[in-house]
Amino acid sequence: MTALIYPADAKVRLELTVNGERRVGEAEPRMLLVHFIREVLGLTGTHVGCDTSNCGACTVVLNGRAVKSCTVFAVQANGGSLLTVEGLARKGRLHPIQEGFWEKHGLQCGYCTPGMMMAAYDLLQKNPDPTEEEIRRAISGNLCRCTGYVKIVEAIQYAAQKLRSDPSWRSGGD
Amino acid sequence: MFVIPDRFSYTVAHSVEEAVELLHTLEDSKVLAGGQSLIPFMKLGYASPKSLVDINPIPNLDYLDDSGESLKIGALTRISRLCGSELVAKDYPLIHDAALQIADPLVRNLGTFGGNVCHADMGNDLPAVCLAMNAEMVASGSSGQRVLAAEDFFVDRFTTLLAPDELLTEVRIPKNRRGCGGAYLKLERRVGDYAIVGVAAQLEVDDDGVCRSAGIGLTSASTKPIKASEAESWLVGKSISDEVLDKASTLAMNASNPLSDIRGPAEYKKAMVKVLTHRALNLAYKRARGGLS
Repeated sequence: MTALIYPADAKVRLELTVNGERRVGEAEPRMLLVHFIREVLGLTGTHVGCDTSNCGACTVVLNGRAVKSCTVFAVQANGGSLLTVEGLARKGRLHPIQEGFWEKHGLQCGYCTPGMMMAAYDLLQKNPDPTEEEIRRAISGNLCRCTGYVKIVEAIQYAAQKLRSDPSWRSGGD
Repeated sequence: MFVIPDRFSYTVAHSVEEAVELLHTLEDSKVLAGGQSLIPFMKLGYASPKSLVDINPIPNLDYLDDSGESLKIGALTRISRLCGSELVAKDYPLIHDAALQIADPLVRNLGTFGGNVCHADMGNDLPAVCLAMNAEMVASGSSGQRVLAAEDFFVDRFTTLLAPDELLTEVRIPKNRRGCGGAYLKLERRVGDYAIVGVAAQLEVDDDGVCRSAGIGLTSASTKPIKASEAESWLVGKSISDEVLDKASTLAMNASNPLSDIRGPAEYKKAMVKVLTHRALNLAYKRARGGLS
């Protein structure tokens, strides 16, 4: 058998692209991706919310898809490409999604915001001109207990419009 | 509160053969596919396998292929792919309905068809779909490949017919022909929750509206996914009417044996099986009569 078995207490060396940069770090097999992001990579923009795969506060984009990073093992991201909220802005400019949350006041306490923005990122990659219903469905895995979602939906609509009118954001950068 | 899984050894399979060999060799191993049920189970301490075999790197297990006699769905096909597939939306509305109601978009991005059925939670949605559509489950193990009927596949709560060293590789769904229609209805407390109850209905009718075949699968209606066989056979040969659907719904309700839990008392769930079965059959019938959409 050629397969490599990582023992339960092994420190597995992981190498992945994080927000466009090559990063390495160690994780034992049971370490969740969200803890790897926060504690090993030191990127604390990704939040731990419910820890039970419900709230979506830990949402990141892994290999092009928005996922709950509390429901993925870090070892599964080995060799992959990860985008976290820290990777949205470019050259000191807020990403249109971030700008939308700022302009439309899409947050109150801010705890759900990074996850909301990464779910919105996934949606707008696939569907640049979503209807309100499509936006609401796309963020149905992300809980917000402050806003009632109205301003979040407006923020994503703002971002969609801005991204359509400024194609420079569509290419590269992540 | 940190919810940390117990320690396990981790290994990656790059082929079905390698996965089967690993499952055969390793002690107390589980397959890691989308992980959207297994990882929460491990975090909550419901499951503590000694080793995981990650099958995600296996190439060519993520596909929808309707070029042959059946619709073949690769075990690693993500639920999100079913949601976005025009083929599924147009020709297999029952599967499409169910896929769109599984958890939420983030979970659907990773969750797989194979994982949803193999986890065999009574509250998972795709087992009922497989039962209603008389799917075949293709499994590979140390002693070769075998094809299992969906009806035999779901043995008990979280238990399938698969041996510990067997891997589900494909699900085959009989092709929808003209006159076929299906629907999946799910009663849930909120988006993303497991079903209070769910009903998968599949009908084939002739030009006069007479039922040629019927399939009914029930979610959260017993300790395992179940097929309402009496209701199915009662429908065959009948001209579909409200009375006929009502009788079939009663038979489906009688086949159910739900548990009382946080989602409601058993009596309520039984009553809802009847209501949802009637509505799902009605929608399936409309779709069967109106072409496949």
